Amino acid sequence: MIAVESLTRRYAGFTAVDDVSFTAQSGRVTGFLGPNGAGKSTTMRVMVGLTAPTSGSATIDGVRFADLPNPGLEVGVLLDASAQHAGRTGREILTIASDTMGLPRARVDEMIELVSLTPTEAKRRVRNYSLGMRQRLGIATALLGDPRVLILDEPANGLDPAGIRWMRDLLTGFARQGGTVLLSSHLLHEIEVIADDLVVIGNGKIVASGTKEELLAAAGTLARSTSPRDLAHALEQAGIPSTIAGDGSVRTDADPARVGAVALTAGIALTELRSAEGAGLEDMFLSLTADTQREGVAA
Amino acid sequence: MTATIVPASTTQAAPVRRSARPIPTARLVKVELRKMFNTRSGFWMLVSIGVLSVIATGAVIIFAPDSDVTYGTFVSAIGLPMSVILPMIAILAVTSEWSQRSGLTTFTLVPSRGRVVGAKAIATVLVGLGSVAVAFAVGAVGNLAGSALAGLDTVWDVSLSTAPQIVLGDLVGMAIGFTLGVVLRASAPAIVGYFVVSLVLPGILELLALVREWFLDLQPWIDWNYTQVKLFEGATNTGEEWAMLGSTTTIWIVIPLAIGLLSLRRSEVK
Repeated sequence: MIAVESLTRRYAGFTAVDDVSFTAQSGRVTGFLGPNGAGKSTTMRVMVGLTAPTSGSATIDGVRFADLPNPGLEVGVLLDASAQHAGRTGREILTIASDTMGLPRARVDEMIELVSLTPTEAKRRVRNYSLGMRQRLGIATALLGDPRVLILDEPANGLDPAGIRWMRDLLTGFARQGGTVLLSSHLLHEIEVIADDLVVIGNGKIVASGTKEELLAAAGTLARSTSPRDLAHALEQAGIPSTIAGDGSVRTDADPARVGAVALTAGIALTELRSAEGAGLEDMFLSLTADTQREGVAA
Repeated sequence: MTATIVPASTTQAAPVRRSARPIPTARLVKVELRKMFNTRSGFWMLVSIGVLSVIATGAVIIFAPDSDVTYGTFVSAIGLPMSVILPMIAILAVTSEWSQRSGLTTFTLVPSRGRVVGAKAIATVLVGLGSVAVAFAVGAVGNLAGSALAGLDTVWDVSLSTAPQIVLGDLVGMAIGFTLGVVLRASAPAIVGYFVVSLVLPGILELLALVREWFLDLQPWIDWNYTQVKLFEGATNTGEEWAMLGSTTTIWIVIPLAIGLLSLRRSEVK
């Protein structure tokens, strides 16, 4: 289990992570979401001791990462697949990590096979690797010590569709065996498919967290009519705030029955009326982080 | 803001904590030694030590006048390229973690950065000792071959008191490189920095000593090159000369290294 408590990290002039608290439970995949620069990577760096927190703490099963005697055996970390010595071969990178943890060399070959790098590829220098190959190598490094906890920053980046599917199965299986997985991604579809729990961060603050079902269910109602403007107006008259999305649908926090009643009273023919729960993670993400989006997306 | 996720159903108990033992320092040193030479640049550095030793030896055999075909000539000829390459090896051992960003993995696997840097220091000293041993050996072979080819008596004129000083001189150069690496944490600036303090700085201090008489007596106390050259010549003998070496070492290695280590331990690894 990963527990982050009141974590704050300030830099000269700005607060990258602002009083963030959440837990990632064992046996579950926790998705860590947020727009670019929201503080995901900083939070993850603090978790593994690469960045010192200004205040607050992050612990792995109650222990600070830096206090783990041999962290590689307990926590698998992949923060940046490109952060490797370009002049080293993939195999050497794994050998060094394996030697540091005190593992038998056979483990290196197992991992190379697990992440589907060919022996020839493993002998090439990382300079000549594609992003997807680096990502596979990074995942191999993270899994090398057979850890109980995985902390992965954008692990699906650069992977081909087969690789993404493989990664999904791998992480789901890892969690099913009782492991803890915290992964950040901006590939919302990926997170939606794989995550059990979600933590959404914007401008360094947590804007939402909970199980995926809870968060997606809270998305309210989606309604359509031939004249969205009239519908929105009728709802407003009834004291129900709503927004008109770009596709002409009207969204509101009220439940579908009330929206239907309002439409009936106003004499507006609805072409669609449903719980917005199927609206998906993308809409939830955009509305939750609307204030913090660079593009100022209308929620 | 606090938000705690409570899973809908906790199906599995937390796995039993494995009793991991701390990583022994000897293992870290072995890993750091491997890292120094398993990159392309590291590999060629190592090869160049061997190749340049042989070239320098050959050059002495071909070009040196008969009177100079002695062990001392071979050792100093080999020592020259080595005194440049060894500090580079020391610099890259430290800076590649930042310039190549491999530190992200290194310091995640071993969160105690002090221990990592310590292991790097030990590995650097071992490489220094090994390289100097190679230099002495190649020089000995060259001396035997050179004197035989020229039909001369083989002259062994490196005394047992001089040899350790030559070793120490090389280690001082490596320590300067290591210090620059720890302080600057970037390959290119550290290498440039090394050439500044080893080539530009001595000239400036020399000039200062020429034009300002009061500085003449002070120079041996603050010019590390001066004390290093004395070591290479095996001319550090009196207590005062050793004190001068101590003084330059404190100024150029001990103090900056301490400051660099403090900031390295606190800095963010990105």
